[in-house]
Amino acid sequence: MDLFLGIDVGSVSTNLVVIDPRGELYLSPLYLRTQGQPIKTVQQGLSLLNERLTKKDRICGVGTTGSARALAAVLVGADLVKNEITSHAVAALHAVPAVQTVLEIGGQDSKIIIIKDGIVVDFAMNTVCAAGTGSFLDQQASRLNLTIEEFGNIALKANNPVRIAGRCTVFAESDMIHKQQMGHSLPDIVAGLCEALVRNYLNNIGKGLEIRPPVVFQGGVAANAGMREAFRKALQTEVIVPKHFDVMGAYGAALLVRDHILEKGVKTNFRGFEVTSQKYQNSSFICQGCPNSCEVIEIKQDDLLLARWGDRCGRWTAAKAETFA
Amino acid sequence: MRITYPHMGNLYIVVRALLLSLGLDVVLPPPTSRRTVELGVRHSPEFACFPFKLNLGNYLEAQESGADTILMAGGVGPCRFGYYAQVQQQILSDLGVDMEMVVLEPPDVSFQEIKDKIRYLVGGLSWWQIFKAVRFAWCKARAVDIVEERLLHLRPRVEDPLLLEKLYRDALQEIDHAGDRKTVQRVVVNYQKKTGKLKKRSVKPLRIGLVGEIFTILEPFANYEMEKRLGLLGVEVNRSIWLSAWINEHLFGGLLRVKYESAHDKELATPYLNSFVGGHGVETVGCTVGFARRDYDGVIQLAPLTCMPEIVAHSVFPALAKDYDIPLLTFYLDEHSGEAGIQTRLEAFLDLAAARSNKKGEQMSGSVFRN
Repeated sequence: MDLFLGIDVGSVSTNLVVIDPRGELYLSPLYLRTQGQPIKTVQQGLSLLNERLTKKDRICGVGTTGSARALAAVLVGADLVKNEITSHAVAALHAVPAVQTVLEIGGQDSKIIIIKDGIVVDFAMNTVCAAGTGSFLDQQASRLNLTIEEFGNIALKANNPVRIAGRCTVFAESDMIHKQQMGHSLPDIVAGLCEALVRNYLNNIGKGLEIRPPVVFQGGVAANAGMREAFRKALQTEVIVPKHFDVMGAYGAALLVRDHILEKGVKTNFRGFEVTSQKYQNSSFICQGCPNSCEVIEIKQDDLLLARWGDRCGRWTAAKAETFA
Repeated sequence: MRITYPHMGNLYIVVRALLLSLGLDVVLPPPTSRRTVELGVRHSPEFACFPFKLNLGNYLEAQESGADTILMAGGVGPCRFGYYAQVQQQILSDLGVDMEMVVLEPPDVSFQEIKDKIRYLVGGLSWWQIFKAVRFAWCKARAVDIVEERLLHLRPRVEDPLLLEKLYRDALQEIDHAGDRKTVQRVVVNYQKKTGKLKKRSVKPLRIGLVGEIFTILEPFANYEMEKRLGLLGVEVNRSIWLSAWINEHLFGGLLRVKYESAHDKELATPYLNSFVGGHGVETVGCTVGFARRDYDGVIQLAPLTCMPEIVAHSVFPALAKDYDIPLLTFYLDEHSGEAGIQTRLEAFLDLAAARSNKKGEQMSGSVFRN
């Protein structure tokens, strides 16, 4: 079968999705922890995929997204490199064609996407502050000695969620500790925290945007029942969580690359599953050319230079172009 | 007297021409770099705007190269820029840096004052010689704008943007080194010829207008090279502020005729923003309307973080987006801005701008596909 692969390499997780030409999932998606090693995680993901594919299956296109999309693209030979905002929007539209608002909360960033008649018309992304992202919930759950799954369900048992200042995660935490020492129950505190994060998200990221139903909630944090409930309460509308909410970025990249390949009728640049067994060296150096002291990153496979980036002036990136050609 | 002045994009070329022709000894600060940022940030109040910090870094680096006098513009109105010079002077003096600051307040405020300042700087030079110096600087200002305009137009269209970039850099350097007006004009003609010969791709690029605060628009270091990023993503960029137009309007009282697209856009700010809010707030709103009316595919606003006039202008954007159905994006910039976040938002913005235009039945090439 002709298949299309989407890879989303984010700060916390690396996801791989394989779809068929109709856009349906061909294999169950892979959700791996990036753990600070994007290259290794992508290789690991590909080798897991390789085990599950049959001889008749053929990867006809690869799309990458997420904060390490450029790195992943060089590694696997991607046909399409797409920002995570567009990828998420495309996947949400596939899951819920009538969607008008996408709420997405990931490990270190959160975004909101406004869609009208099937096209993205506006979006916003957190820029300077990580308040209201998955990493904070993770951290608080472990501080309360709960797994992140328990954390969400406990929130549902709340009778009277406490009010926590959600503007800044550091202060939210001290506020939370205060409430806990005052003797509030655990469910009330956890539910209060979810509401504070939702308030913060809507005030900062959703500022000035009109949130219209249907609302789709995706990203790793959508697994959290407490957060889903808090959004439903704040928006006074149903909040739809798609089946594959945690891999929507990768799903979107796969859909986009499918369209790209089928429309242009081109051959894939995919470097094949041999990628998994090859050794890559990534290194960086500080350019001494001018006082900007750019940190230049290089990716090598054996002694062949695959890519270089990070320089402001283009001097090293250009050097790459020559080696490539 | 060894005189210096802060950087703002290619302004250094124009000011250097002026000061050298006035017979002054000029020490240019090294190009703004991360070191400039570090120096500026270390000694500035945290909530000062980004241009303030970069200015301060420029002064300190110029002093290391031997400058002892700073030429700085002043200002009036609600924008904090009006106090930059005084606050910067105080910081320098607290640091024990011995530099004199000569502040030129806008001529439309007090002509006598600026006349006295000029006399103080140039001594006994005749007014005819001063006029010639201004004329020469003006010639370079026009040349720089023409060269930049061409760059913005060609970037999404040429097959080898790196080569174009090199021709542009060379032309700037030649303009900077040129000793008379004839040489300047020859450089421009040569540049036009050479860039005309570059191999072009047949595309119809997305068109994006840049609006906002003057420093963040004109200084590539402050806006994380927004024009170049957009150009390399296949976008034709135009901007609301051009150096020569600005000089003409604010220093010559609009005496000369400068042809540029956004020339009368300021008036379009009414009815959205009816009063002077300082800085370039009114221009931002007016030019956004202008770009929308000329059917641009989107407008990007650039402003330093905490910039009050631009925040006021930004608050009008939802109404503009609704009335003109045009995608708008705002970047507030300072030393903490993350490049990855900027790139991601830009790419997503172009996707939505392209999708909107395709819907109108046009063929667009401003896609972010690789290869």
